[in-house]
Amino acid sequence: MSNVAISVDGLSKCYQRGTSEPYSRFSELLARLPKALWNRFIARGDSSASSQSTSNPFWALKDLDFSINEGEVVGVIGRNGAGKSTLLKILSRITEPTAGRFGLRGRVGSLLEVGTGFHPELTGAENIYLSGTLLGMSRQEIKRHFDEIVDFAQIEDFLQTPVKRYSSGMYVRLGFAIAAHLQPEILIVDEVLAVGDAQFQKKCLDKMKEVSTQGRTVLFVSHQLSAIRQLTDSCLVLDRGRLRFQGESDQAIRHYLEMAQPSSDDLVDGFPDLNAFRRDHLCGTHVRAERIGICRADDAEAGFSPVIEFGEDFRFECEIESSIETEARMGFSIARVDGSQVTVVWTQDAEFSLRLRKGRQVVRCDVLGLPLAPGKYVSQIGISDIAVGRTYDVIMDYPLLEVRWQAVEDGTVHYPDRRWGGVHWTPVQWSVESTAAGVSKEQRIQ
Amino acid sequence: MSTSASQISERDLAVDVPSSDVPMQYFESEGGISLRGFYELWVYRHLVWMLVVRDVKVRYRQTAVGVAWAVLQPALLMLVFNIFFQLLGRQPSEGNVPYVVTFLCGYLPWQLLASTLGAATQSLVAHQNLISKVYFPRAVLPISATVGGLIDFCIACVLLLGLMVWYGVVPPVQIILLPLFVLLSLLISIGAGLWLSALNALYRDIGYVVPFILQVGFFISPVIYETDQLIPGQYRSIYALNPMVGVLEGVRWCILGHAAPTLSSMVISFVTLGLLLVGGMIYFRQIERQVVDRI
Repeated sequence: MSNVAISVDGLSKCYQRGTSEPYSRFSELLARLPKALWNRFIARGDSSASSQSTSNPFWALKDLDFSINEGEVVGVIGRNGAGKSTLLKILSRITEPTAGRFGLRGRVGSLLEVGTGFHPELTGAENIYLSGTLLGMSRQEIKRHFDEIVDFAQIEDFLQTPVKRYSSGMYVRLGFAIAAHLQPEILIVDEVLAVGDAQFQKKCLDKMKEVSTQGRTVLFVSHQLSAIRQLTDSCLVLDRGRLRFQGESDQAIRHYLEMAQPSSDDLVDGFPDLNAFRRDHLCGTHVRAERIGICRADDAEAGFSPVIEFGEDFRFECEIESSIETEARMGFSIARVDGSQVTVVWTQDAEFSLRLRKGRQVVRCDVLGLPLAPGKYVSQIGISDIAVGRTYDVIMDYPLLEVRWQAVEDGTVHYPDRRWGGVHWTPVQWSVESTAAGVSKEQRIQ
Repeated sequence: MSTSASQISERDLAVDVPSSDVPMQYFESEGGISLRGFYELWVYRHLVWMLVVRDVKVRYRQTAVGVAWAVLQPALLMLVFNIFFQLLGRQPSEGNVPYVVTFLCGYLPWQLLASTLGAATQSLVAHQNLISKVYFPRAVLPISATVGGLIDFCIACVLLLGLMVWYGVVPPVQIILLPLFVLLSLLISIGAGLWLSALNALYRDIGYVVPFILQVGFFISPVIYETDQLIPGQYRSIYALNPMVGVLEGVRWCILGHAAPTLSSMVISFVTLGLLLVGGMIYFRQIERQVVDRI
């Protein structure tokens, strides 16, 4: 039996929401002091009215219990606001839990950003030492790995250049290279590491795989389900601060995507709140999707409904708010909740030029003749600048639609068996005909 | 000065330890100062040094005269006060050495406090990006800000050394105690820095108060004058509540052989310093636990 590397007991974290500014003025405190004293010592009766009346506790994490064995690579998935970052911050000891406790065996290295502690004025070499020390490496360790780090980041020629002159790619590579050479027993990694060009991303994933084969315990948060599937054996699924599932990754991903289906209490004007699916750290601010929905292609009057019937053509609609005039490109994918991709469509593939004006506008895309098998589908939606490829908005794992089997005449509804797992379902004609064995044999001989 | 590990219970030991060489450490919300906190601070001492080196490099990398700044400022101020007191016709110092030397003996340690206190006060807020991304004992920040001032102090001491050679001032034997008084001044700076950096994280206007405190402190400490030349005897014990009094008197005693600080004033200074330091540690620890959520 393996050892437990991370154990979490009843971990909770509460934030006070809406009580006061995150910080205030000392002078205001002094100004309030007489009144507070008055309330406290003289007007004791109405003390309840002045204090705590506006407090609005928000449980970012509630009663988390789990344990992770040594050498396991565990993914943490969940929607925005599910508590993933809070969990990582508590386990990294950046912030303290409100209640509960956690145990860690061995050194913890946490990578919550690329280039932790980099100073723009310092050279690459100086930053390797600074950032490495901050991440918990000793001077000797840094010295020992220095050449490997430089090599991994491919910055040999720029070692004596201040990092403020680095390209963003070099910056990210150097940041990750330092992180990748940390050798703690427990590694906590946030998804922001998954940036950079595709080739470097692959290199990072390979490096992380290598780390996990060395018997280290890795906790990995990502929205890239493909990366989760590739790297992790099991996953924790968080939802609104609670642990909903812990288990094998494929199952966890399915669980997570099923969970992404909107419940009636988080609909905004009848649509899922996009902020729950938005990836802010990837986005600019000029162009934002405001709502995304599905309606029937031939009958838009019927209104928006995420449920369509099998074989029905549907219209994808996205309302966009833009503060600039620009030519953009937009695309969306459709994937089954188990993660298998059905299709991806982009405006430029259809040679459609998407001109955005200032203000609000609706982009429509009719999806015709796509025989999606009954079931639930999620979508990733991206809007970016056509020229420089700057990303404006990214919505991931958005619960786009559910395909229902058409009710047959007698009113009963049949779903095809899910275990078959196809993404397309095409009506086919079956038939059976009895043939005389001898006749057909003779025919073949001829 | 960190989340302290709770006691490892026997049950945990029985289950976890035999099969592994590293024991499990448990963390939970827990206030107070613990030995573990000091140990961790010791583990992270390299980080203090790295941050000091970073600050010094960054400070002087894009400057015209570079490290000369550290000398220029005290030199100019020295001239100004020298002229001022010459015009006044009375110098508030013992006459055996030129006033400029006496002035520097007071001003350099004061400058050490003043520059480090400003940096220490801002240290938590200035690094909020860092403290929300990676764990280290937060006290590293005000401490490294304080130690960083020592570099400038050492450079500025060259000026003092030069003047002493020029005027032929030979230090008495107690010069060997000088590092002790410099250390004392650093401790004052760290104690006040712990308080102010934690307060500044919660109340941003503390940053505006510090220059004012320093300005007042400049005149209620024997920086431009010497205690026994100006402060009437009956007020000296109140005066000594300011821990810098003991430091500055001590420095002049070490370098110039001027009147030694009295025992009573040293004791008073020490007690104030102790309260400042211990109170600072407790308060800082209190704020450290919630600073990431509130900054």
